[in-house]
Amino acid sequence: MAQVVIKDSPYNLKRARILDVKPLTEKEKLFKLVFEDSTWLDFEPGQFIMVSLMGIGEIPVSVCSSPLNRHYFEICVRAVGKVTNSLHKLNVGDVIGVRGPYGNGFPIKMIEGHDLLIIAGGLGLAPLRSLILYAIDNRRDFGEIHILFGCKTPGELLFVDEIDEWGKRLDIHFACTVDRADPDWKGNVGLITSLIPGVDIDPIRTYAAVVGPPVMYKFVIKELLAKGLPVDQILLSFERHMKCGMGKCGRCQIQNLYCCKDGPVFTFKEIMDMAEAL
Amino acid sequence: MKIEQYRILEKSKIEDFIDSLISISKVVAPVYKGFKNYAFQKIKSSEEVSLKYIPTIIPPKKYFMPQRETLLKFDIKEDLKIEPVVEYENLILFGVHTCDIAGIKCLNMVLSDNPKDTGYLIRKKHITIIGLECNDYCDEYASCAFVGAHMPTTGYDLMFTELSEYFIVHIHSSKGSDIVEKTDLFKPAEAVHIEELKALRNNKLKIFNNEVPTERRYLPDLFDRSFNASVWKELEQKCLSCGNCTAVCPTCYCFDIKEEVDLTLKAGERYRVWFSCQLDPFAKVAGGIDFRRERSARQRHRFYRKFRYHIDRYGMVFCTGCGRCSRTCMAKINLKEVLTSLIKESEAKIWRKWL
Repeated sequence: MAQVVIKDSPYNLKRARILDVKPLTEKEKLFKLVFEDSTWLDFEPGQFIMVSLMGIGEIPVSVCSSPLNRHYFEICVRAVGKVTNSLHKLNVGDVIGVRGPYGNGFPIKMIEGHDLLIIAGGLGLAPLRSLILYAIDNRRDFGEIHILFGCKTPGELLFVDEIDEWGKRLDIHFACTVDRADPDWKGNVGLITSLIPGVDIDPIRTYAAVVGPPVMYKFVIKELLAKGLPVDQILLSFERHMKCGMGKCGRCQIQNLYCCKDGPVFTFKEIMDMAEAL
Repeated sequence: MKIEQYRILEKSKIEDFIDSLISISKVVAPVYKGFKNYAFQKIKSSEEVSLKYIPTIIPPKKYFMPQRETLLKFDIKEDLKIEPVVEYENLILFGVHTCDIAGIKCLNMVLSDNPKDTGYLIRKKHITIIGLECNDYCDEYASCAFVGAHMPTTGYDLMFTELSEYFIVHIHSSKGSDIVEKTDLFKPAEAVHIEELKALRNNKLKIFNNEVPTERRYLPDLFDRSFNASVWKELEQKCLSCGNCTAVCPTCYCFDIKEEVDLTLKAGERYRVWFSCQLDPFAKVAGGIDFRRERSARQRHRFYRKFRYHIDRYGMVFCTGCGRCSRTCMAKINLKEVLTSLIKESEAKIWRKWL
């Protein structure tokens, strides 16, 4: 059996060096990365990359920085498993393997010219941050921008400095809520769905982008439909286990769709009749 | 049927032919393993080959997409060194039935779809496929006529068909042609041989009936109305979730990616292994949520992968009618019976609609 090196293997990795590690919460860290060969990651908001720690494993992670940033890219990682826990132990200067980007991302060209309603649950803010930063950088291409962010507790809020800034901007409507408050919390308390009725939107002009834990979708979609949003203007990004990222391994299949290739972003219209989607 | 593409091999010379193949390359062929079981394995002599055989336990997909395949080698001793690799060898597959050729065509469809699976494509380039046509059913589990895999069409280098006193051989590629030239055992085919082949194929149309009481073209419609069929709930009671059906399927290609480090804990490899949608952790995501927790949903997924989803994606059915899944199932889940039940249930629904 001959074994040869093939550089054009789709499983080949690019070396990415860690420029900065910033703890966001007890469980989440933000990694600033740069490719060692000085190329940049050409991606769209909502796309994901496969991140490798050799000898430990490979996982899909959404890119959470602005796609317009040509100097570095960022990923926000929650320590939950073998790979993510090991990733959390790395320091500035360490090298990891990256392949991608994969997936379809949010349909920016379709959204432009419309109002944007962003609904993020917990870690779901990470892929949406990429879209938010893009929209802020191209503010004139979008109409009204509403951002709703919900977490279980105040301690789990991500990107606190940034959301503080978003909250202060006059050209963005930002609202935040927690399921359970602590004594210091002065904001909203309640599930993220409780914020939706209060948002003043023109449903026909609005695209909603929703990312959060699986349990959140059904309830959020119900509220959005109640608001009158058309089914093809509700954009959902799904989480599935992905091993290849390119529509082969079968792990992320939702009926006839591959989450990695046809998604991870789907319109509600695409998946509303699919039993295994939500 | 262009007569120039056909050659004749006397039956008495088939063993010489196989032995001459062995002198050129590694040859893999069906070998009897006892208890009605056959396996594709490397042969040292033509005597080992079973020309009459029912589908082997594992299909020849194992040579195109090995059960374990190294994807990357890495070494993190000083600096992170990563090398993507592919393993391949020159191989002649002898005696492949048309159902298994159909299976290879399915793999081909998926793995040459973008982004291309380079490893598979390199391996495929080094494999020569010599087919052997079935003139009759292998056993009662086969449904090759239903899916249209009982006649040779494409996907092979040479195709052997047994006639009364000869094998007639179709040359379908330059690789096949080279073998014919090299072995020097063949005679040009004459009109009478072509006539005999045509007669055999016509007769096959009578022997190979539609084994399932519908036609292939109705499958999309049938499956579109069967997602909530009670058939799946019945499978819930039967299926043991062992994954045998997918392991032996010539068109199943789902995999997992794992890694292994050596004793230094610094170097190792990343590899892929066959995986199965029938096994418990397959559709699990973070937080332990499983989108196909019930065995009925997993069985349904398997059937939809074969008969519906890939029609949307690749325009073809991903079942070759080889019958392996039914033959191997410990719970006796039979593909033809499941399809027949679906058809019956669907008919009942249509009937009710018109009452």
